Amino acid sequence: MSLQVALRSKRFGPSEVLRDLVFQVAPGEVLAVLGPSGVGKSTLLRIIAGLDRDFDGQVRRAGRVAMVFQEPTLMPWRSARDNLRLTTGVDRAQADAALARVGLAGKGALYPGQLSLGQQRRLSLARAYAARPDILLLDEPFVSLDAALVGEMLALTESVIAEQRPATVFVTHAQDEADRLATRQMVLAAQASVCASGRRFA
Amino acid sequence: MSVSEETGPIARRGTALVPRPLPGWAVRVLSLLGLLTFWWGLALLKADPMVLPGPQAVLPRLWSEAVSGALWLHLGATLGRVAQAFAAAMSLGLVLGVLMGLLPRLNRWLDPWLVFFLNLPALVVIVLCFLWIGLNETAAIVAVAINKIPLVTAMMREGARALSGPLSDMAQVFGMSPLARLRHILLPQLAPHLAATARAGLSLIWKIVLVVEFLGRGQGVGFKIHLHFQMFDVTMVMVYALSFIAVMLAIETLILQPLEARARRWREA
Repeated sequence: MSLQVALRSKRFGPSEVLRDLVFQVAPGEVLAVLGPSGVGKSTLLRIIAGLDRDFDGQVRRAGRVAMVFQEPTLMPWRSARDNLRLTTGVDRAQADAALARVGLAGKGALYPGQLSLGQQRRLSLARAYAARPDILLLDEPFVSLDAALVGEMLALTESVIAEQRPATVFVTHAQDEADRLATRQMVLAAQASVCASGRRFA
Repeated sequence: MSVSEETGPIARRGTALVPRPLPGWAVRVLSLLGLLTFWWGLALLKADPMVLPGPQAVLPRLWSEAVSGALWLHLGATLGRVAQAFAAAMSLGLVLGVLMGLLPRLNRWLDPWLVFFLNLPALVVIVLCFLWIGLNETAAIVAVAINKIPLVTAMMREGARALSGPLSDMAQVFGMSPLARLRHILLPQLAPHLAATARAGLSLIWKIVLVVEFLGRGQGVGFKIHLHFQMFDVTMVMVYALSFIAVMLAIETLILQPLEARARRWREA
């Protein structure tokens, strides 16, 4: 199992945002985490990513982690190619291959500021792809994009997951995105989590 | 890293009718020539070389000081002190400032100290260092560094407060090494603050070094100014002041500006 989560409680001050979440994600599986905004989806993902350690419970991550954030989150002072190389440790050829994979062939020497927003998003996806992760975390990566771009990004993400088969956790508020990418879905509601589809995972 | 200039936007500003501005270096040279003319005009107006000697009086003395070697000896001594105090103040101030910017609790405790040292007059620090450490080189450099550290700390704290949280999250998730994070995440974000601090710092430091030398050193530009001040030799005071300003101008143009341009490259691409 690539990812095992046993979260008893997560609080911000006096208010408890997450409680009693137990699940596992196997290689090749995509778990979509749905729910209204403010319910703790991003908090859960930060805990899984190891960015938030202030919680009660246990998270086991086996292997390499890569994440696609809501914003591209690139180093604007490094070229597109170096943005891949410095974060994932791949060599020049592998970085260029990853760029070509997301349709950015020949753009390796450009700074992120010279790319369009859509290209920056694809670069951030290429970074996760180049990392060849065992665990892939997607934090609403398609929010505030126009429909055409969402379609393009979804197709890319889908093929990357099919190719590398990481254990994927996909946070989103869009049911159609979840239906397309996910093998399982989890809906977070205030104070409790509800299993919405297919197999049980608690 | 390679930069592809040719792929940048072709028409950065749509100003076809505005005449091309002069290149930067030409403006600089013309501006300095203007200052020289202004000085000459004032000297002619005053017509008393004991009070304000013009360039025609200062330049020959400058030449003879340079030929005798005295100029280089004193310039070198001052420059050495500036370099040591600058290195000490920048490195200590950088570490302190970044820590205070990142750790609010530490900042709460150290902020009153910072205000205290920011408002401690340079002259007081210099006199106390000479009294406590002695009239020696260590005291001189410590005194200058203490004067400068609070300013560097305050400026770097602002830089550290503006650091991007999402970028450091990204670096952590992807498991970048501490060294890589320092080089590729932290320093590029601090670079504009470092450049501003270095410029402000350098001009402040050399002024304080001169005061230190004026008060208690047997070599250096400040010492020579003190000597000739006592002999009412305005020409020699100007010889040493101007030659050191020239050195600092050269450092600014040949070292600081190219470094800054390099750090800013990605913004202009």
